[in-house]
Amino acid sequence: MAEKRIIDGRGSFCPGPLMELIAVLKMCEIGDELEVLSNDKGSANDIPEWVRKVGHEYVSTREEAGVWHITVRKTK
Amino acid sequence: MAVEKICVVVVSGTRERLQMAAMAASVAAVSGMEVTIFLSMNAVPFFIKGASTDAPSEGKFGELMVQKNAPDFKTLFRQAVELGDAKILPCSMALDIAGIDTATLEPYLGEPTGLTRFLDLAQGAQVWTF
Repeated sequence: MAEKRIIDGRGSFCPGPLMELIAVLKMCEIGDELEVLSNDKGSANDIPEWVRKVGHEYVSTREEAGVWHITVRKTK
Repeated sequence: MAVEKICVVVVSGTRERLQMAAMAASVAAVSGMEVTIFLSMNAVPFFIKGASTDAPSEGKFGELMVQKNAPDFKTLFRQAVELGDAKILPCSMALDIAGIDTATLEPYLGEPTGLTRFLDLAQGAQVWTF
C-alpha cells in the first residue's frame, strides 16, 4: 500500500532539500507520496522542475507560515 | 535520446567556486546527465579524508553561505556520486605535485586521471570550469 512520507528540509538551502528528496525517492516504493518541507523558496521552484524533468508526478505546492510543502509521487 | 554529458573541471579552492561546482554537478547528475568531475590544483586537498571543508571565501557571499547553513560542497559532491552515479576523478598531476597518496583520498573518488584520459572523457560533453 502506498505510503506518505514527510521530508523535513527546513533550514537547508538549494539543492539540499532536493537531494534529501532524491535520497528518499530511491528507497521508497512506486506510488508513495513524499511531502518536502522547505523554507527555501528556490527549492519550492526547483523541486517541481526536477520532478517534471525526470518523470515523477508533481502533486502540489502550498505555503504555510513561510514553509513550502511540495508533494511528489514516485512513478517509476 | 542520447544522454547529455557534462564535465565539471574544478581547480579553485575558494568556497564560492567549490559550492557552485558541487551544486551544478550534483543537480546535473540526479537529473539523468552523465557527469564527470575532474579535480585539480587547489581543489584537490579538500578531498583528503577528514580534510576541513572550511575553504576561504572570495567575498561576502561565501561567509553568508556558512551563516545560512547551505549544504557543504563535499556533501553535494558525494551525493552526486551516490545518488546520480557521477564520477569524481582526481588529477594525477596535482596528486604528484602535492605529494598526496591516493589511499588518503575520500573513498567516493575514482582513479587518478591524466589529461589525455580526461580529454577523451570530455569529448562531446559540455565542459564547465570552476
